[in-house]
Amino acid sequence: MNKWLNPRSALGIALITVALVALPFVAAMGGQAWVRIINFAILYVFLALGLNIVVGFAGLLDLGYIAFYAVGAYVYALLASPHFGLHLPFWVILPIGAAVACVFGVLLGSPTLKLRGDYLAIVTLGFGEIVRIFMNNLNAPVNITNGAQGITLIDPVAIGSFKFSGTTQVLGYALSGPQKYYFLLLALAILIIVINLRLQNSRIGRAWQAIREDEIAAKAVGINTRNVKLLAFAMGASFGGVAGGIFSAMQGFVSPESFSLIESIMILAMVVLGGMGHIPGVILGAVLLTVLPEVLRYGVGPLQMAMFGKMLIDPESLRMLVFGLALVLVMRFKPAGLWPSPERKRELTGEA
Amino acid sequence: MAEVLLAANAVAKHFGGVKALRDVSLTIRKGEIYGLIGPNGAGKTTFFNCMTGLYVPDGGGFIFDGVPLKADAPHQAAERGLARTFQNIRLFANMTALENVMVGRHVRTQAGVLGAILQNKATKAEEAAIRQRAIDLLHYVRIEDRADDLARNLSYGDQRRLEIARALATDPKLLCLDEPAAGMNATETEGLRELIEGIRADGTTILLIEHDVKLVMGLCDRVAVLDYGALVIEDVPAIVQKDQRVIEAYLGA
Repeated sequence: MNKWLNPRSALGIALITVALVALPFVAAMGGQAWVRIINFAILYVFLALGLNIVVGFAGLLDLGYIAFYAVGAYVYALLASPHFGLHLPFWVILPIGAAVACVFGVLLGSPTLKLRGDYLAIVTLGFGEIVRIFMNNLNAPVNITNGAQGITLIDPVAIGSFKFSGTTQVLGYALSGPQKYYFLLLALAILIIVINLRLQNSRIGRAWQAIREDEIAAKAVGINTRNVKLLAFAMGASFGGVAGGIFSAMQGFVSPESFSLIESIMILAMVVLGGMGHIPGVILGAVLLTVLPEVLRYGVGPLQMAMFGKMLIDPESLRMLVFGLALVLVMRFKPAGLWPSPERKRELTGEA
Repeated sequence: MAEVLLAANAVAKHFGGVKALRDVSLTIRKGEIYGLIGPNGAGKTTFFNCMTGLYVPDGGGFIFDGVPLKADAPHQAAERGLARTFQNIRLFANMTALENVMVGRHVRTQAGVLGAILQNKATKAEEAAIRQRAIDLLHYVRIEDRADDLARNLSYGDQRRLEIARALATDPKLLCLDEPAAGMNATETEGLRELIEGIRADGTTILLIEHDVKLVMGLCDRVAVLDYGALVIEDVPAIVQKDQRVIEAYLGA
């Protein structure tokens, strides 16, 4: 506990706290859209941290991670919308969503236990697609998911009479909906980060790492690799489920098209680009990959105008071009990710 | 006669048409150092893999400490008290030496996800005990000064020692060493001999697969010889050394 008393780290923590509290108000000056973008960045931090358990800690390549996000989102949507006429409070639904996603995690994990690497990636990819296609088609004969139209009018998060949507006066200051969600997300993010850090430095975390390093040796020292791998899938999936639930509440609307393969790939890119297995790196990756396309969306047009005096390339195409190029460059020059863990860096660069 | 710790009963294993093990039966007694030798490809490592659950034998089985060993369950073998090292060292290369040994404690500890998240007293105490035991074991195999180095950066001899420490961390009743002296120089081999004798003196039975016949004959209480997957002889070194079939197996008939 001594490190908290160290004046330098205390100052650092104080500065970060002030920055995080001020962030939604600063962002709001550029419009509420920016607050929403930041909220999505935090949501992707949840997802990337969840996937990091599976990919970064246990070394199991998962290309269908978005399925758990979808499951969490639909659980929330079905239990808090006029679709079934159910309106459960969010603290009841969030754990249910996490639990259902967890069950799906085990469902995905159990048939794939003997697979690794590329083979596992293909199976998980198929799983992700299956879930999305189910969401798309479970409107007949019994209408469960309302098919491609999705579910609308989902209840926002509310604690008692305090609603997270719409503007409220708090201490004489008008807080917008996205700003309120920001603080909810921030609190959950801190919780999830603490859980991840503690898991990593635990008996279970070491067992995951051992499996990543050498599965046969891990078995030989008595690790029940089946259970420990399933645990990784289940833990990762529940984080995805929580993120999905909040997504549902924040948007007020879910439809299968939010859960396409490209989303799974983006989350995996966040983990890999940030620094697989390294929690600060993964957070950085998630924030960058969410915010960068948006910055480009608003930035490339005016930039072209300033540089050439006219629009040479359609900003929308240029945005994805620059984004793709950025990914390639990072992976070329920082193969271990932008902020890798010290061990991982040595592993990939071969330095002693 | 000392109590039997492990009995192999007619263990058979074939890969396609190759009979890697032909009804091998042998017994290892509590407290002894038991050597398993034979020419390359004789089936020594296959025997090891069947015993530790990495392979499922096609026939026969093992009785360990009075209870049959379950096939195809390496983690249960470790839990029962069977620890092993590998011929081609299999450490967790990108974890530190200390972490490698800490992983070895997994099977004797309980902390789960909830404990890890809540960091309750029991979990913290267990974690501290794991760490302490791992440090002690690194001292025991005399590589304590490499505790914070990545396993991959250890010298070859130290990696062998680390693998033994990791195996010892599971509190084994029977420690199985697969060619621990392979690639070691004379000094390192001498150090290894002392280590193995020390482990036995501390009450762990040892099964040793080894090519270094001198080491095996000097160290082991009893020796079994495998050739073409079949047991040739099982006896004290003095008799095994003089056996005509053994000499033929090694020199080629």
